[in-house]
Amino acid sequence: MNDEKIIEVNLLTKHFKDLRAVNSLNLNVFEGDVFGFLGPNGAGKSTTIRMLLSLIRPNEGSIKLFGKSLQKNRIEILKRIGAIVEKPDFYGYLSAYKNLEILGRISGKEISKNRIMEVLELVGLSKRYKSKVKTFSHGMKQRLGLGQALLHDPDLIILDEPTTGLDPQGMKEIRDLILHLSKEKKKTIFLSSHILHEVELVANRMIIIDKGTMKVEGEVKDLLNAKKLKVTFETDDEEKVKNLLSQSGWGSKLESNAKTVFIFSLENNEIAELNKFFVLNGIEVNAVIPTRSLEDYFLKITDEVA
Amino acid sequence: MLTLIQIELYKIFKKWRTYIGFIAIGVLVPIIHTAMVFEGAHTLNFMTRNIQQSFIFVGNLLNGYLVSYLILTSLAVHIPFLVALVAGDLLAGEATAGTYRMLITRPISRTQIVTSKFLAGIIYTHLLIIWLALMSLVVGLIIFGSGELLVISNQTVIIFEKNDILWRFLLAYDFAALGMSVVASLAFLFSSLVENAIGPIVSTMAVIIVFLILSAINIDFFQTIKPYLFTNYILSWRLFFNTPVDFSELIKATLILAGHIVFFFSLALYIFNRKDILT
Repeated sequence: MNDEKIIEVNLLTKHFKDLRAVNSLNLNVFEGDVFGFLGPNGAGKSTTIRMLLSLIRPNEGSIKLFGKSLQKNRIEILKRIGAIVEKPDFYGYLSAYKNLEILGRISGKEISKNRIMEVLELVGLSKRYKSKVKTFSHGMKQRLGLGQALLHDPDLIILDEPTTGLDPQGMKEIRDLILHLSKEKKKTIFLSSHILHEVELVANRMIIIDKGTMKVEGEVKDLLNAKKLKVTFETDDEEKVKNLLSQSGWGSKLESNAKTVFIFSLENNEIAELNKFFVLNGIEVNAVIPTRSLEDYFLKITDEVA
Repeated sequence: MLTLIQIELYKIFKKWRTYIGFIAIGVLVPIIHTAMVFEGAHTLNFMTRNIQQSFIFVGNLLNGYLVSYLILTSLAVHIPFLVALVAGDLLAGEATAGTYRMLITRPISRTQIVTSKFLAGIIYTHLLIIWLALMSLVVGLIIFGSGELLVISNQTVIIFEKNDILWRFLLAYDFAALGMSVVASLAFLFSSLVENAIGPIVSTMAVIIVFLILSAINIDFFQTIKPYLFTNYILSWRLFFNTPVDFSELIKATLILAGHIVFFFSLALYIFNRKDILT
């Protein structure tokens, strides 16, 4: 990764009548990043991606890609981008090969037959290249969507929920492919998802948005490996635990409790210590559940939307 | 641009609905031919019933030219529907299928997308008219043979000599193609507004039928607005079967139809260039 900004978004705003889908959003993606763009459904992720790809026009703000204004250099910029936007849709009455051939012809580069077959092989569809897309399952269309995004060997790959509809094996393959594209091919990847775990596995930087505004941004390892964890202890005796805590230093670490369930703010190495403390004092600990604060926060905003 | 037009034509001719127009003409015209084989003499007799006492008709009047002329007259409403079926789908079909996203995220301008689709639609319209000409005129001549063309309009009887007819038909079909291009442009404009192909097809037909009805109502007010309805000029191909041909009226009709095409296309282009793609 270096300091060259591939995506630079400043105060981006889009509203549909009274709904502010994206509100003064700022984000920067650097060359070589696998950038996680995280948020619950309806957070404004797809609207942002559509603006990055000039499918919709922002009401306010600016977008620069590869250091150039998208508005003024749209065609030049789009030559260097491959994208999946939401669900992959193709010409169902044409074959997978023909769909890619058509898209290849308008991609701004010469795309050979071998390249089309190479991409179909990469996404596991080479045996079905003659089949009409309308006969494909959602997962197969998703793979073909990835194929069309990679067809012209773009520098920036924008993937909007690329694992939706895939089985666990398919999800793993997509993750492996993202890592391969990033590490071996040195591509910059902008990965939108509503699943924190998915982003955590592949991204080096990420942003969380909700209701169109940025909530958290930074290095994935910093955000997810914060020292403090919220740890839930499920015990058997509320009064006894409360007494013990009041007589020890652990009381200061208690955040809340509901009957026999106690939530502490602890550092990683303190979990075992507190567990030992309870056991030695005759408390039966039924469960110890650590939750990272970011995960907790993300689940909270996701639940609010649901 | 040429690549884009090729792609659009390829997509058009890979769709089943495209062939409905060709099949409809391919079925309807032979049915009319068959009917004319059995009932043609009666039809001709009916057409000339008021003038039979004044004229004696000799030669082969029930010929390929007459049949082709009658077919061209009777298909004024059918062909617009067949044109709208494809032209109304050109933009809205991409919205319905969700393929706008792939198309617009490629390094091509929206103007190029709209223009290539529009030109492909115009090419389809012309091919449909060529097919109509082949089916009605060429097949008509094979079945019924050649001869003089009898045209009766506005209490006037005109008989065109055999060697004075073909050029009139060629220009009439050419003009019909221009008229149908206006229909294609209107359907294309409606197609840029919505995300479902049914709407543009129905809307285009509604406009044409309403305009035709308004033109046909013999009330002063409707006759006043008649010159402003484009449908009034679509049937101006009939002017080629007058003698002498009123070229000034034909040029006026051509300019009005061309103006409509430019206006409908420009509006579609303006709308599409400002459109947020949400499908």
